[in-house]
Order: sequence, then structure tokens, then C-alpha cells
Amino acid sequence: MNAAILNMPNLLPAYAEIVLLVMACVILVVDLFLEDAQRWVTYVLSLVTLAACAFVTAGLGAISEPVYTFNNMFVSDVMGSVLKLVTYVSVATGMVYSRDYLADRGLFRGEYFSLALFATLGMMVMISANHFLSLYMGLELLSLSLYAMVALNRDSAQSTEAAMKYFVLGALASGLLLYGMSMIYGATGSLDISTVSRTLEMTSANRTVLVFGLVFVVSGLAFKLGVVPFHMWIPDVYEGAPSAVTLFIATAPKLAAFAMAMRLLVSALLALAVDWQQMLVLLSVLSMALGNLAAIAQSNIKRMLAYSTISHMGFLLLGLLSGVVGGNWLSAADAYSASMFYAIVYVLTTLAAFGMVLLLSRKGFEAERIEDFRGLNRRSPWFAFIMLITMFSLAGVPPTVGFYAKLAVLQAAIGSGQVWLAVVAVMFSLVGAFYYLRIIKLMYFDDPVENAVAISPRGDMGVLLSVNGLALLALGILPEQLLKVCLFAIKTL
Amino acid sequence: MTHHVPWLSLAIWLPIVAGVVVLASGSEKNAREARVIAFIGALAGFLVTLPLFAEFDVATSAMQFVEDAPWIERYNIRYHLGVDGIAMPFLLLNSFITVLVVLAGWDVIQSRVSQYMASFLIMSGLMNGVFASLDALLFYVFFEATLIPMYLVIGIWGGPNRVYAAVKFFLYTLLGSLLMLVAFLYLYNKAGGSFDILDFHRLPLGMGAQTALFVAFLLSFAVKVPMWPVHTWLPDAHVEAPTGGSAVLAAIMLKLGAYGFVRFSLPILPDASHALSGFMITLSLIAVVYIGLVALVQVDMKKLIAYSSISHMGFVTLGFFIFNAYGVEGALVQMISHGFISAAMFLCVGVMYDRMHSRMIADYGGVANTMPKFAAFMMLFAMANCGLPATSGFVGEFMVIMGAMKFNFWIAFLSATTLIFGAAYTLWMYKRVIFGEVANAEVGALKDINAREFVILGLLAVMVLWIGLHPAPLTDIMHASVNDLLKHVAQSKL
Repeated sequence: MNAAILNMPNLLPAYAEIVLLVMACVILVVDLFLEDAQRWVTYVLSLVTLAACAFVTAGLGAISEPVYTFNNMFVSDVMGSVLKLVTYVSVATGMVYSRDYLADRGLFRGEYFSLALFATLGMMVMISANHFLSLYMGLELLSLSLYAMVALNRDSAQSTEAAMKYFVLGALASGLLLYGMSMIYGATGSLDISTVSRTLEMTSANRTVLVFGLVFVVSGLAFKLGVVPFHMWIPDVYEGAPSAVTLFIATAPKLAAFAMAMRLLVSALLALAVDWQQMLVLLSVLSMALGNLAAIAQSNIKRMLAYSTISHMGFLLLGLLSGVVGGNWLSAADAYSASMFYAIVYVLTTLAAFGMVLLLSRKGFEAERIEDFRGLNRRSPWFAFIMLITMFSLAGVPPTVGFYAKLAVLQAAIGSGQVWLAVVAVMFSLVGAFYYLRIIKLMYFDDPVENAVAISPRGDMGVLLSVNGLALLALGILPEQLLKVCLFAIKTL
Repeated sequence: MTHHVPWLSLAIWLPIVAGVVVLASGSEKNAREARVIAFIGALAGFLVTLPLFAEFDVATSAMQFVEDAPWIERYNIRYHLGVDGIAMPFLLLNSFITVLVVLAGWDVIQSRVSQYMASFLIMSGLMNGVFASLDALLFYVFFEATLIPMYLVIGIWGGPNRVYAAVKFFLYTLLGSLLMLVAFLYLYNKAGGSFDILDFHRLPLGMGAQTALFVAFLLSFAVKVPMWPVHTWLPDAHVEAPTGGSAVLAAIMLKLGAYGFVRFSLPILPDASHALSGFMITLSLIAVVYIGLVALVQVDMKKLIAYSSISHMGFVTLGFFIFNAYGVEGALVQMISHGFISAAMFLCVGVMYDRMHSRMIADYGGVANTMPKFAAFMMLFAMANCGLPATSGFVGEFMVIMGAMKFNFWIAFLSATTLIFGAAYTLWMYKRVIFGEVANAEVGALKDINAREFVILGLLAVMVLWIGLHPAPLTDIMHASVNDLLKHVAQSKL
């Protein structure tokens, strides 16, 4: 056999990443030669790129066995493919929603698109990582792109401040994560996720070092997910970043963070499940409590959604922490797939919520205050209805899909015998219902302010936002397929 | 058991689809079309429930008109519908009241007509779903979903303090139902992955688990009924809600909670039900006696009827927890009867409110002089509300008191005081509002009810008298199912 072929890694599992990387570079160059009036070319090229990636990933997703490549550093499996597909949908939808918003503020430039694509690439690498280093690489690519995106509006002091905060805290978290990884490397002698997992099962590695490392890994993870007490950056960054970027940060990266949690905690460190599950219980309860209570006090919708995100991540952890009961992980697939379902539903719902914020914003006006939703039912009954569905989905009221997300994680918690945790969770979701109801109250029960202008989105945004909102309702009536896909993805892990 | 026409699905989805059509029909300009479509939808929704009554087999306690299809296989959640003699009458009641509510809002509601009508139609379909569900999660989805339209109805078309009332209504009920969800999930795991209510009925459970589940169900259903002391949302919601909202709330939505007791608490948790029956009876008696006294001092007519509702619903829960056929059947008859009477009372207040824009008793007096036809109708409903023989109010209360008498004399004695208090607060209000000299110029200028209002009140009067004079068709339907229920309750699961 030819030596060159032997050394050549199998590129097939990474085709989508390669397509995206090449196209991101092409777009970066093409954009240099475009006038401002032709900027739509960049926009269309970015969307086409994402569509092409989706095509490739969908093809790969049809292979149900995991395929490893690059010396086991990279894996293509069903979970990765599903999460990537939702990531493309989320990023592309975000771009469509953001178009007018960015154009009105002079931010409709090549930087936004190339940074978004590089961030997407980072997420894809994170999702497919099977090695601590590739995971870290993806994470850094994502984070660095996001720091720059937050500061995209460089004349805004608030954005710059948010970017600085994000950067400093993000760098700290990356450091923690890296430190934790090095500890685990010290105890197991490997950075390869499969090898780490095997080593932990076979031998009794130094437990003190392992648990020590685990604490740091969980901290780093908690920062990326944005759960209490590593949540400080979320409200400030959400508020300070331009709304289009907030939408970006609030959606797809959560999928990557979920994938990171799965790869690190489940694929690599399942042997330590008893330890990290306890940590997650604490993080989860604190997040649900603080997120929901603090959200009540907010008058800025972006801050409110930020705290709501924190509480949702607490809910997401409910599934992750319910996989292993007394050393038995028969129901693990149920529990983890519940979390995966939660992550996907959260992303779809949050897209619609921030889409509405962008819809209400216009040139020279940021729809940032909750009050800006006042009387929306009179200004535009249709979009008020879309927001109504979105808010009830976030609150977890049937027949919206948000209910099934909550149902799935609650079932995971109760199935693992942690009924008290489920009771705590539903009590805080009751608290959460209050501030979602307030938005509905403003839209439906109050009259609009005097100088409110009519809402006339671009055709594509209006249609997409409507589809997004109705999807929350449709998935709420027929959630079966998505639930099955998630279960299948986790089972073939 | 298979039926060719899925009547239950029709009863659920026809009003919902009609509601969506009304919503799509749209803007303020074609309000007339919205009203007509809504009326046709509500009427069709009522007509498809008639076969349930006509083809019902009174000899069996088994579920009838069963439809069963997989819905969410991942969690083995099924689209499982069916009714027995306990549930079936409520579908008819609900669909009937919806027609009247659409009619009642015909002229009164002038802003956002299509949204108003659509809310009621969708709510009607969802509540039919609650009564017809045999899958606990399906039940929960319908149960929760009804909150959304009611929240909007109170909040958009309600009175000055509507926001407070709407939010209080929503959060109170959500608190209860979330605990119920946890209870369902617990049962689901115990039952080995099934949400089927009939599986739950057969599930053996220890005393500790039964007690915990009973408390979870109690919180959920007690808020909805509402039982003392978690009743405080109801007077607020009733006072602020528009007339149609109050009528549906009192006539149907309160019954969802009471229905929950017979469908879940009693048969699934028989031992806890027996152990805690003293507690439940105490709460019920407090509702009957204390809330009856509270009603006496109200100055706002809607508030008075709201408290009277709580007091009457106390009778219902009392009937359930004395565990004999008279009690349970009486409670069920009381639920149906209260559905008609409370709707009628709220619609009567609505008739006056539309003309005078006041609900205060003090603003009225001598209405009989200007509105004689109306006064006659209201007389009938007021009498029914106090439980006068020959009206539907009498049948249920009398059966419950008889049941209570078998159980314990003093309980029967205390519950019978309702006949006095009920008469006192209802008739005193009636006297102050309707009789006497014409109180002021506005009352003097009142016009008697028009044809539309006459039809609405007339239909209700027919129902009240029919159940009062000849309740046998209703009790026949319930008989087999109630006996089966009591058999379940008598059987210990320990």
C-alpha cells in the first residue's frame, strides 16, 4: 500500500468543516472588492455556504456509526450532525433576522459575516471534537470570534466594555478548562477522549488529581453554558452587544456548549459521574433560582432574556445530571437525549424571541426596553401572536414545544429518583412564568405608546420569523420526530 | 366499541378549527362576519356532542366512544380519548354554554371581536379535551392550554383591575398544575412507562406515596375548584372578567378541578382519600358555611355570585369525600346544575351591566318596574341558586345532604345551613336590586331584554327546570360509572 495514502487522514468526516473554512476565507477576500451597495453578495454567499454545509452534514448524518479521523481527534457521529444542522439553521436564521438591523447601524459589513462563519466553524469543531486539544481549539476559535463580534460596533462604549468583560472572563474560563484538562492528562496520561474513558474504566487512576481536575473542567464548562455562579458575563454581554450579535451569542453557541459537556463529561469522564453529577445539581438549582428571580427585576428585555437563559441552562443540566443512578446507566440515553432536546428547543425559541427584538428595532431606535412591546397586539396582531407563542414556549406552557422540553428533563430527573429536584424546578418555572406573562400583558392588555410606527419587516424576515414561531407551535403538537432524533443521536454516541 | 364517527375528536377540534378561522377572518372591519362564523362554529360544536348523549350506553361503566392512537411514542403518550357517565355530561354542558357565551358577546364586545370569539371557541375545544382525555399527559396539555385563552379574555376585555386578576389567575392555576405534572411523571415511572389513566387506576401504591400524590393533586385541583383557602383568585377573576369570561369560568373551568378529583384523586389514591377525607370534608364545610357568610356581605353582584360559586363547589367536594352513591352522584349533578345556574346568574348581571355599567347592588333598585321580563328570569335563577325544589339546584344539594346524613348527622346538619345562607344572600341581593321603588333615573330609563337576551336566558331556564323536574336522564347516565368509581375507592391499594 502506498505510504502517502496511509498517512493521509480520512477527510470525509470533516468535509463540512473544510467547506466552511474555505468559503469563509473566500468570503473574506471577496468582500474586500465589494462596494457597500453590493454587500448583499457577502450575505448571500454566507447563506449559500451554510446551505452547502447543511447538505454535506445531512449526508454524513445518515451514517449511524461514529467515524473517527485525524488520529481520533475528530469524530463524526449522529449527535454531532444533528447539532451541526441546528447550528446552521440558527446561524442562517440569525443572519436573515439581523440584516436590516445591521444595515441601519452601518454594521452590515464583511466582518460580521466572516466572524460569524469562523465562530460557526469553531462550534463545529467543538461539536465534533474527540480530543481535549481539538475541543479547546474549537472553543477558542468560537470565543475569539465572539469577542470581536461583541465589539463590532466600535463607536459604542457599552459594546466595547461588554467585549472587554467577556474577553477577560472568557480567557479566565478557558484557563480553568485547560488547567482541568492538564490535571486529567496527568492522571490518565492521555488527552484523547476515548482513551481517557478507557483508562478510567480499567485502572484506578489517582482520584484526588482527577476530581481536582474535574472541578476545573466543570467550572470552565459552566462558564460557557452560563450557569450560576459563572454567569456574571451573560447579562452584561447580552445588553452591551448589538442585538444582532446578542442573538448570535444566545443561540448556537449553547448547542456547542452542550456538545462540549457531552464529550467531556459523558464520553470522557463517565466513570466520575457520581462526582460531576453532584456538582451539576448545585449549579442547576442555583441557576434556576437566580435566573428566574433576577429576571423579574429587569426592565431591559435583553437583560431579561439573559437571566432567562441562565435559568434555562439550569433546566438543561437537569437532564445531564440524571444519567447515572447508583452506578447504573441504563437510562442514561433517556436523560442525555432530554438535555439535547432541551438545547435544541431552547435555541429555536430564543431565535424567535431575539428575532422579535430585532423586528421592533429600527434606524436610530433600539427596542431594548420591555416597555417597547406595549400594545403590540394593536400594532401588529400577527407578530404579537408569534411573540405570544414564543413566550409561552419559554415559560413551558403547552401546547408549545417548550413544554415538552421541560417535560423531558423533568422526566429524566424523576426517572432517576430525584423527585425533590423536579419539585424545585417546577417551582422556579412558576416564578419564570411571571416575567414571560408580563411581556404578553404588555402586548395584549396595554395600549401602544403614542408615536408607535407600523411594523413592516422585510418579506424574508417576516416569513422566516412567522415560520419560526409557528414551528414552536407545530413541534408542540407533534414533538415526536425531534424527540426520536435526539434519542437516536445519543444512543449511537 | 369502535365507532365510525370520532365524535369526541370532533367535539374537541371543531371549535378549535372554527376559532382559528374566526381569528384569521380578522380585522375590526368585518366583525359581523367574525360573529356569524363564531356562532356557526359554536353551534356545530354543540351539535356534534349530541350523538354522545343519544348513543350513550347507560348500562356500562366502561369508557365509550374510545379513540386511541399513538401520539408521542418516545414517552408512550397516546391520543387516548373516551368518556364515561361522569365525563360525558360535561362535554354537552361546555358546548352548550359556549353557544350562549358567543351570543351574549354579540353586541357587547365591540373591540377585537374576532380575537374574543376565537378565544372562547378554542377554550371550548380545549375543555372538551380535558373531559375526554384518558391519557394523563394529554389531559395535562389540555388542562394547561385552557389557561392561555382565559388569561387573554380576562386581560383584554376585563375591568379596570384586569391585569392583576389575569396574572393572579394564571399563576395560581399554574402553581397547582405544575405539581400535578410532577405527580403524573412519578406515576408514569411507577406504572412502567405509561400515562394511561386507567393504568394509574390499577397501580398499587404505598401509603406514603399516596399521601404525597394526594397533596400534589389536591393543590392542583383545589386551586381550580376553588376550595377554601386557595379560593382568593376567583372573586378577583370573576369581577374583572367580561360577562362571557365569568360565565365560562364558573360554569366549566371550575368543574375541571372537581372533575380531577373524581378522575384522579379518588380512584388512583383510595387509601389516601379515605385517610384525608376528614380534612377534605372540613375544608368543604368551611367553604359552604364561611364563604356563604362572606357572600352575604358583598356589595358587588359579581363578587357575591363568585362567593356563592365557591360555596356551592364546597358542596361538590363534600359529596365526593363522603364516599357513597348519593354523595358522589349528587355532587356531579350539582356540578352540572351549577354550570347552568352560575352561567345564568353571571349573564343576568351582564345584562344589567351592559345597560348601567355598574355591578354595585347599591346602584340598583326597582329594576322589576322597568324590566319585568328580565326580573322574572332572574327570579327563577335566584331561586335555583338557593336550591328551591323543582329547580336543578335542589336535586344536587338534596342528594349530597342525604349522602352526608348517612355518613354523619353533624356534617349533614352543617352542610344543610347552605339552604339558609344561600337563600339569604341570593334573595337579599335580588330584593335590593329588583324590587322596591325605582332607585334612580338610570334605572327608570332601563329597557327590558331584547330577543337575543331572551333566547339566552330562556334556554338556560329550560335547562334549570328540566334537571329540576326530571333529573333521571342525567342520573341514569352517571349511575353505572359512579358505582364503578365507588368500587375503586373502596378497594385498598396497600
